[in-house]
Amino acid sequence: MAAQKSKSAITVKGSAEIVVEYLDFGINSILFQRGLYPPEDFKTVENYGLPIYMSQNNKIKEFLSSTFCQLKEWLVKRLVDKIALIVTSVKTREVMERWDFNVQYEGDIDNPNQTSDKPLKQIQNEIRDVLKQIASSVAYLPLLDCLCSFDIQIYTKNDIELPPEWGDAQPADIKNAQFVRLRSFSTNIHKMETVVTYKSED
Amino acid sequence: MSQFRFANEMNSLLTLDGPLTKGPVPRWQKKGAENSSIVNCSLNSSKQKSISSLNASTKTPSKCGDGDVLRIKKTPAKTPKAGRSGSPTPNKASKTPGGGDRFIPSRSATNFELGNFKLFQTSETESLSPTNEIQRAMYENLHGGDINNQRILSYQNKAPAAPEGFQNPMRVIYTQTRTPASSKSNNRYIPQAPDRILDAPDIIDDYYLNLVDWNASNMLAVALGPSIYLWNAGTGKIHQLLEMTGNDYVCSVAWIQEGDHLAVGTCTGTVELWDCSQIKRLRIMDGHSARVGSLAWNSYILSSGCRSGQIIHHDVRQRDHNVLTVGNHTQEICGLKWSTDGKYLASGGNDNVLNIWSTAGGNRYSQPQPLYTLTAHQAAVKALAWCPWQPHILASGGGTADRHIRFWNCQTGVCVNSIDTKSQVCSLLWSSNYKEIASGHGFANNQVIIWKYPSMVKAAELTGHTARVLHLAISPDGSTILSAGADETLRLWKCFVKNPVKSKEGVQAKVKTSLLKQSIR
Repeated sequence: MAAQKSKSAITVKGSAEIVVEYLDFGINSILFQRGLYPPEDFKTVENYGLPIYMSQNNKIKEFLSSTFCQLKEWLVKRLVDKIALIVTSVKTREVMERWDFNVQYEGDIDNPNQTSDKPLKQIQNEIRDVLKQIASSVAYLPLLDCLCSFDIQIYTKNDIELPPEWGDAQPADIKNAQFVRLRSFSTNIHKMETVVTYKSED
Repeated sequence: MSQFRFANEMNSLLTLDGPLTKGPVPRWQKKGAENSSIVNCSLNSSKQKSISSLNASTKTPSKCGDGDVLRIKKTPAKTPKAGRSGSPTPNKASKTPGGGDRFIPSRSATNFELGNFKLFQTSETESLSPTNEIQRAMYENLHGGDINNQRILSYQNKAPAAPEGFQNPMRVIYTQTRTPASSKSNNRYIPQAPDRILDAPDIIDDYYLNLVDWNASNMLAVALGPSIYLWNAGTGKIHQLLEMTGNDYVCSVAWIQEGDHLAVGTCTGTVELWDCSQIKRLRIMDGHSARVGSLAWNSYILSSGCRSGQIIHHDVRQRDHNVLTVGNHTQEICGLKWSTDGKYLASGGNDNVLNIWSTAGGNRYSQPQPLYTLTAHQAAVKALAWCPWQPHILASGGGTADRHIRFWNCQTGVCVNSIDTKSQVCSLLWSSNYKEIASGHGFANNQVIIWKYPSMVKAAELTGHTARVLHLAISPDGSTILSAGADETLRLWKCFVKNPVKSKEGVQAKVKTSLLKQSIR
């Protein structure tokens, strides 16, 4: 019985991995769906039963992987409050759009050996639903009609050691903003909530 | 009693000329009353002024000396200034009594500096600090917790932005709307359904090729994959002209202006010349290193545009056919057209550049350097058409990222007009029958639009193709256009059929108006 339970259990580390994997697919999907980069730079990857467009640009891949590597560590230590994808106009430096991925810690927060027995299949179904919503967000989000770049900001607790090559960032808020809350998913350790904030047209 | 009152009222109503006893005071009376009171007021003020000139009430604008003189012209005797005593003109003044239901503030009495200071002081103190407070409170409510307990971190080696000049491909989806047809009434009937639909199996869905041409003897040449078919539009007979071997395919076809000679550009870089009356190949001309996607005739000169960006002018009469090679494009040439008078050559490429070349010294081929290099388009320039009745006007259309039709004056190199069509422009055709221009489009409606020129009002939208309209051709009589779609159909639209009665009337009417104009001027 105990052996079986440990087989399907998700550790904190495993949960962080699931979250980061979701962020990787989610952010790549946003970069494609919002037309930030030429569609030729993307390749489809089948995951969660969905074709997902992943960037093949080496610099973007490198940026994402090093960000996520650090993020995973902080997620395990429960230091992260929020991950934000900021889309800014290259010309005016104006924030055009932001995607907030809010992290909540569930269950026995103080226990580092916490496990969750939520079936992986169920979590993946939840993630799939969020990714579907991201893909369909094109229907209501305004067109990003200028050259845009993106950045990832991680909102952490105050008592954190700053690793090399990381720095403090300015909060990027949008004037006259509107936001849409997408579905959330949970591993019973990390709960991820996705919110997109965009500039209202008028 | 009541009936008497009624009778009185009736009487007063019926006597139209008599003075009004009921209802509001007439306007002229009100005006008179107002003016008299204002005159009094100003008189009073001038009196007051003589008593105490430092009174600060702003209601009486006649405080400063000069204004005073102008205002109180009516009573010149009361002005205290002696210098002006000789000048007043009482006759004029009497016409404008008092001067005013207008409030004229006295500038000397106003303290501008203080006012300015007050205005700005209030705005700063009132607006700035509270909004900061509100922002903070809102932020805390929204994001949970104090900002000060949080750090925002980001990796310093940022991801690069998209390459310069990149345009959001989602643009097409966002702005695709079926614009309503023009409200301007159309005085001719344009059939919305195709006159005929022909099958075109294996037509290559490639934006950069030119696979359809219709000649003066009513012969239509269509390249379908490796073969070329000739369709006689008069009799409906079909011949196969050629079939290429292996994986080779035809990239472009072009009829000579007069006669039965067809030029064929192939994917191997050769240009073949065929005599279609005898179904016989006359010669093969080489010189290109890649496929030949566009061809254009100017009398005995055949110009061919290649994927490498080079244009070769072939003199088909000579043994050494290559008279000149010119290159100003960095990518594949997909549009190539000689103007109707043979003086200009337009070439459009996948490098978003449109070049205009001119001829010189009686040559039929162009000069080695372009006359104009036009970079207004944001995407590949395939659709090119020269105006038949204004030989220096060129229409050009851009691809998916551009979607504009632009009109150029090739004598000056100026873009005279441009219009956003909301869809990829694959081909353009002028109709001299009606002074209109037809454009073939891609996503999302795959339609052919007929525009009036030069107003660019939509005359009709012909829908029916289920994939983009790659090529357009016009019949020799100018009545029918043929659209070749990527859905493997050719559709014939009878949209420019001349109405003989109407066209005569039109001519007569024109003459009349011009005469009228002459007589007026």
